[in-house]
Order: sequence, then C-alpha cells, then structure tokens
Amino acid sequence: MISKKSSSGNKGKTIRSDCYIELELKTSGGIKIKLQSKVESMYGNSIRLLIKDILKTFKVRNVSVLVDDYGALPFTIAARVESAIKNIFTEIETEFLLPFNKKSSYKTTKDRLRRSRLYLPGNEPKYFINAGLHKPDGVILDLEDSVAPASKHDAKYLVRNALRSVDFYGCERMVRINQLPAGLEDLIFIVPNNIHVIIIPKVEHAEQIKQVEEVVSEIKKKRNIKNDIFFMPIIESALGIINAYEIASASKDNCALAIGLEDYTADIGTQRTEEGRESLYARSIVVNAARTASIQSIDTVYSDVTNMEGLRESVIEAKSLGFDGKGCIHPRQIEVVHKAFAPTEPEIEKAKKIVKAFKEAKKKGLGVVSIGSKMIDAPVVKRAQKTIELAILNNLGSKNFRKE
Amino acid sequence: MKLVKNAAGRFVPTLVNGEKQIPFRGVNKYKPKSHKAAPPIRSCIDYPWDGNKVQKNLREALKKAGLKNGMTISTHHHLRNGDALTNLLFDTIKKMGVKNIMWYPSASFPIHSHLIKYLEDGTIHHIEGSMNGPLGRFASLGFMKGTGVLRSHGGRYQAVQDGEVKIDIAVIAAPQADQFGNANGLDGPAACGLLGFALADSLYAERVITVTDNLVPFPCIPWQIQGNNVDFVVEIDSLGDSSKIVSGTTQITKSPDRLLIAEYVADFIEAAGIMKDGFSLQAGAGGTNLAFAVFLKEKMKAKGVKARFMRGGSTKYLVEMLEEGLTEFILDGQTFDLEGVRSMRENPNHVNTSPFTSYNFHGKGNFASMVDVAVLGATEVDVNFNGNVVTHSDGYLLHGIGGWQNCLYSKCTILAIPSFRDRIPVIVDEVTTLVGPGELIDVIITERGIAINPKRKDLIKAVKNSGLPIRMIEDIKNEVDEICGGKPANPKTNKNKVIAVIKWVDGTVIDSVFKVKG
Repeated sequence: MISKKSSSGNKGKTIRSDCYIELELKTSGGIKIKLQSKVESMYGNSIRLLIKDILKTFKVRNVSVLVDDYGALPFTIAARVESAIKNIFTEIETEFLLPFNKKSSYKTTKDRLRRSRLYLPGNEPKYFINAGLHKPDGVILDLEDSVAPASKHDAKYLVRNALRSVDFYGCERMVRINQLPAGLEDLIFIVPNNIHVIIIPKVEHAEQIKQVEEVVSEIKKKRNIKNDIFFMPIIESALGIINAYEIASASKDNCALAIGLEDYTADIGTQRTEEGRESLYARSIVVNAARTASIQSIDTVYSDVTNMEGLRESVIEAKSLGFDGKGCIHPRQIEVVHKAFAPTEPEIEKAKKIVKAFKEAKKKGLGVVSIGSKMIDAPVVKRAQKTIELAILNNLGSKNFRKE
Repeated sequence: MKLVKNAAGRFVPTLVNGEKQIPFRGVNKYKPKSHKAAPPIRSCIDYPWDGNKVQKNLREALKKAGLKNGMTISTHHHLRNGDALTNLLFDTIKKMGVKNIMWYPSASFPIHSHLIKYLEDGTIHHIEGSMNGPLGRFASLGFMKGTGVLRSHGGRYQAVQDGEVKIDIAVIAAPQADQFGNANGLDGPAACGLLGFALADSLYAERVITVTDNLVPFPCIPWQIQGNNVDFVVEIDSLGDSSKIVSGTTQITKSPDRLLIAEYVADFIEAAGIMKDGFSLQAGAGGTNLAFAVFLKEKMKAKGVKARFMRGGSTKYLVEMLEEGLTEFILDGQTFDLEGVRSMRENPNHVNTSPFTSYNFHGKGNFASMVDVAVLGATEVDVNFNGNVVTHSDGYLLHGIGGWQNCLYSKCTILAIPSFRDRIPVIVDEVTTLVGPGELIDVIITERGIAINPKRKDLIKAVKNSGLPIRMIEDIKNEVDEICGGKPANPKTNKNKVIAVIKWVDGTVIDSVFKVKG
C-alpha cells in the first residue's frame, strides 16, 4: 500500500527563497490548497495556479496541499511539489518541466577556463539565483556531501529545475552527483537538462568513469541530447591517487581531474595543514596524470572563508604545482582565486614573445616555431596563448594585446 | 475622505486630522510665507533661582506642564530600540487618565509596539512620525483613530518651524543632564552620541521636560540641549537598554550579494570622478552602506585621496577614516555605535549636527545639497527612478523616512539596493508609495547592474568606458519580473481609506498610504 502523505522542502524562521509542501491524498473533495506566503498579495494567485498545473500533470485530483512559502521562486515551488508527489507515486516517469531559460542556451568546450568553480548546496535554492553574478568560471550544483541524506530526493528535482530555469550568466553549469553507484541514478535528472560538466566524486577506478559514460550516452541517445557533456572526476582517496592516470584517461569526455583533500587526508590517516606537506605527493600525481591525459587539473577547496590571504597563498602554491583551477565555497573567494591565477608580468612578456613567434612562423609557412635558436613545441604555444587570454581577462597589460 | 490628484499624479487628501493640507506641487515649487512659529514668552522669574528644576517624578512634571486631552507630545529616537522612556511616558499618561494624545516621535522602533494598546484604548489618537514594524501593521490595517503623518527628519523640523505642528510637551531623553536641564548624549549608561533630533522641540515646544538617568552637577558640558529652553528635569532609574541604544559593533554585511552591490557603489564613485581630494559623502549604517564605505576607503588610500567631510550615521568605519586622516570632518546626524560615541566625545572634528543644521527646508541653505554623493537604500524604485522607503510591495507601512528625502538633494544620489528580495521585486513599474521623486534620484545600483537616470547625461558619459555593468532600468526590471515569475500583483488596498500621508520636505502631501485589506 502506498503512503497517502508526503512532504518536501524546508520550513522555519531562517528559511528564505524556499517553501515547505505537505501533501495528503484524499478519495474525494478535489484539490484544496492552503497557502501561507510572504508574497501572497503579489504572487499568491500565480502560486496556486502553478500548483494546480503540476497536480493536473500528475493526474492528482483529490488532495490537500499545505504550502509554507518563504518567497520561493517558481522553479523551486515546482520542484518541491513534484518531489512530494513522487514520494508517494514512486513509479511515475512523467516529469513537470518548466521551459528552458533562453539565456542559458550557451554551450561549453572541453578546454575552457576552469579557474574557479563555486559549490552550491543542491538543496538550498537561495544560493542559486545570484551565483552567476559573482562570475566564477563554473557553478556546481551539489547533490553529494552538502545535501543531507533526508533531502537527497528533494535536491534532485531542485537541481534539475535550476539547470533549466536559472540564468547562471555564462558560467559553466556543473553538477556533482552522488558517489557511485547511487550517483548513476542522478544522471537522468541532469543529462537532459542543460548540463555542461558532471563532477564524479570519490573516484578510485577508471571503470567508474566508464559506468557514468555509458549511462550518459544511453540517456543522450534516448532523449536525443546533442550537446557536449564533460566529466570531472574527483580523486579523494589513496587508491584513487594510485590509479590517477587510468582515471584521467578513462574517457575522451573527461575535461579535468580534481582532488578533494578532506577525504584524502582522512584516508591516509592524517589531517590537512596550512602548508599541506601531507598532500604534496597526491596533488603532484593529479597534476601529472591530468597533463599526461591532456586535461586540466583542479585543486581542492580552501575552507577558511574569512582568510583571504591564506586563500591567495594557497592558489599561488596550486598554480606553482601546475593546477589550472581551485574549488570555491564562498562567492568572495572567486576574485581572489582569479587574481592569484592571473599571469605575472614576466609570464605575460614571455607568452607574448612565443605567440608572436608562432604567428610569424605561420605567416612564413614554417612548420617549426622558434625564438632565436630555441625551438618551441605546440603545447608551449598553446599555453602561451592561454596566458595572454588570462591576462586580457584580468585587464592586465595593454588593451591591444590581440593587435600586438 | 476627499482626494485630489497632486503634481506627481498621486491621490492625496486635502484634510488630514482636521487640518488643511497642500497637495505636492513639484520639487521646489512651494514655500510657505509669513513668520516662523515661536514658543511662548517665558521669564526667568518663574523658574527656581537656584536653577534646580528637578521634579519628583514624570507624573509631577507632566502635571506641571499642563498635560491634558488632545495635546501633542514629542519624543526622540536617540535611544532607538533600547528606548524605555517613551513607553514609561505613555504608561504614566494612561494612569493620569489623559486621552487623545498626538504622539510626535522623530522615529519609532519595534520596542514601541508596547504603545499599540494605547492606540487601541484612545490614550493615543494618532502618530505623526515613522510607524515601523508592528505599529506600521496596526496602522496599515486601519486601526489607528486618526491619520498618520510621515515626515523626513528635515520635514519634522520644517513642520515645527512653520507652525504646521505645535508641540505642547517635548520629553527629551538625556543620557547626561544637570538640574538646570542642560543635556547631552555623550556619557552615562544610555550614551547615544548626540541629541540633534530634539533640538527643534527644545526651542519651539510650549513645555520641555528633560529626563535623565545620569544627573550631574551643573554645568553639564557640552550642552547639546540648553537648559535655558527646559522647564522641568526628571530623574529616573534607567532610560533603556544600552545594548539596543547603540550597538557595540556595527557589522558589515556578510551577504556576498550585498557586498557585490557595495563594491559597485565604490567603483561607481571612483569611475564617475566623484572621489577626488576635498570631496564629501553621506553614508548610512545599513550593512550595504557600511561595506561601500570600506571599499571606498581602500580606493581612497590607494589613490591618496582625502575627503573634506563625511556625513553620517557615524560608525566605527567612518571614525577609522577620520582617525586615519581620510576625512577631515565627520558631520554627524546620529551615532550608531560605541566607537562613534567615543569619537564624538573625544574628537572636535567629529561634529554634532541636527536636522536643522543639515537639512531643514526653512534653513538659509541646505547641507544636503552641498554633499557630492549620498548613498541610500529604498524598499522600491520604479522605472521612472521614483523611490519608496515607507511601504513594502504588499502595501504595509513598515519604515520611516528618516533623512532619506532630505539626502536626495545631494549632487549625486545613489540608491544601493537589491533588485529583488526573495521573491519581492524592488525595481517595479510604479512604486507602491511615492516618497522621493525620480528627478532627484540619479543612480540605482543593484547586484544585477547599474541604472543611471537618463537626465544625468554627465554621469552616463563619465562612466561610459569604466567596464561597470551599466544597464537601462527597464532592462533590469524585466529581468527581475522574469526571475520572479511575472509582474507582481498590486497590493490589495482600499483606495478610499487613507491611513497615513507622506509629506514632502516642504510640508506638502506627496502621497497617501491606503488601508490594506488584511
């Protein structure tokens, strides 16, 4: 027998931009909605209409719905109602999907900049809507560690709706799925819905990437999804480090390899320190594995959000180890990360020379690029071009870089 | 109630609480003539030769002041949400059986929800002053007997000076006072900084009572309030809860979105060329305002720029700028934290100002219009740059005007606001209540971009190549509507029932607040 009662969402004095839904199925009496909302006078009617529309989609005809609304946006209300309905009707495959936000049609590329990625707890809608304004290179809607077990079900619907509705202002849209195998079930919520990068946590074997790849390609085929979707495995254990290169090269869709140090240090039986000697080996392995597989390497998060100087130093260290990016857990960290990853004056000068030499060689139809007698390899040219790009992004040097 | 359409296109009553009103005629279009109001002639022979005006208690002082039904009693908000005196005052008036008082506070706070029972039982007839929180809700639902009147800090002074409001008894909370009635706010358990809001009342009221919990021997120096103007002095145990009078520390917002707005504000002030040697600014104490001052400070340091004066709302952040030589003066309108109080006590360049010296419509000049840039907040702004600070989009009266209207006269008025709060749009088609005309509002800075009033071609030109996210205000509004799921419905109000009127700085009625259908 199915349960007749269900709830979803969050309630309480501190809740903002969210709502709490309680459903009770009845055998008669039609639809009864009891709404308490701080925006009743402005959006009360539109909230009721939305809820009725959702109930109709799922053919729920006799139900009492209690809504405690704290200014939730439509995508949140829709996610909460659907989650509550599907708590009861676990077998329904129908989805209630809001239209795609037209501003979110932008795509991503395998080698785009990934200096910063901002973690957003997947069941906290209040953080979603303005995340892109802080201009991280990517946002991560997290289904894993930042979501309490009891909220995992809710979070999937919320993250799905956010991917479709929220304008992230050009940021790369990433989702961190749950640790496999549970994470494989998250994929149906995200693959058809405008995702750029799937972050796979706690990876220890190449096989796990292949599993994800397989499910993703099945969903893509079934739903006729054409856009590129890349993977970013996170290594968070000693075994993962041992298998780093196999993991990094397990799929052509891998775009980056990341390291998570909280779990890694626990796994090797130590603690994170400010100077990080305990993780130097692992971090270097990750950088080397990623480079060998021709993908980016991304460093762990810096967890003290009040210590901007500590963050800056940690990014400079990450950069010197060879990392391309850093995780962020607070929007204020983003600018610090970007500035610390910005090329230095000598780096820019050197890059300029290389790019110039490259262009001249191309013009002259030469196959080999050289400065003086020194030969320059293709990857070095590519890296130099990236340095120039970064310099422009950070408003460093002259504005006429491209012309120069 | 008969309503007419004023120059701003708003419907306002011509009669409020039996008094004839002048509908708003436009910015700088109205000035009253004739002579200023004046207090009655008093003579020193009617006062104790030894200068001791101390009474047994508040009741005695009120009785001697001639308290009777229908009088106007004024109080001041220097003690903010820690104020125990106003509640005690009305408890006493209630016990004396006096009714139909018009309460004329310079502002009210949530602690004054204690007075709702006196509004219900007829002790208080109506409030002319800000109605915040529960009081605002009470008034909005139409429960107040009379009609509320909201004025700016400057407008309150104007109303007293041109005789629109006649104060019968002014009750002044004084953190430090002597037996003669000289008083200041600089010391004592209820220290609050300055007493500027009480200045008009001390000069123009029929009777003036100084109430203190810190009686010092004559002379109480400096005398922010002069004993010459005081009739009676009362000593009580405590003026209030000092932790709620000033905060130990004022906190900068931690919200990354608000910090982003604050950063844009500082960036804009620099990019527009306002931040240069000898400039002046007005800063408030909202979390966003504090943060912008901190960002601006870094920019000033980096460029070696010094301000001539800053107006506040002083906090430790302004005090730091004064002490680090980044501004030569603080012209202080009210003091928000203990560092502000200390600085005012110790530093002669931290100057006590009242609404009279800063932005009184009947002053011979106006500080507010001399300020280079003022950064303010708002509850709503519309696509014509009109601003609202008193009601929310649900129609409920929730805030006072404070000095907001007065500060709009600055050379560059910036409203630093989120484009929406949760699902409540802040940028709207038309403000629920018009408090500030758009022609005085120059720049709207939100987390989603900066809108410059098309009238300010100079500012538009100045920041053209700054890289700042300059947008059309309609464009930001459309984005907000899209995020919130369509335009918000208008508040459900009764357009025939005015529960309060909003005064413009010249005393004319700029808009009405209507009864909310609760």
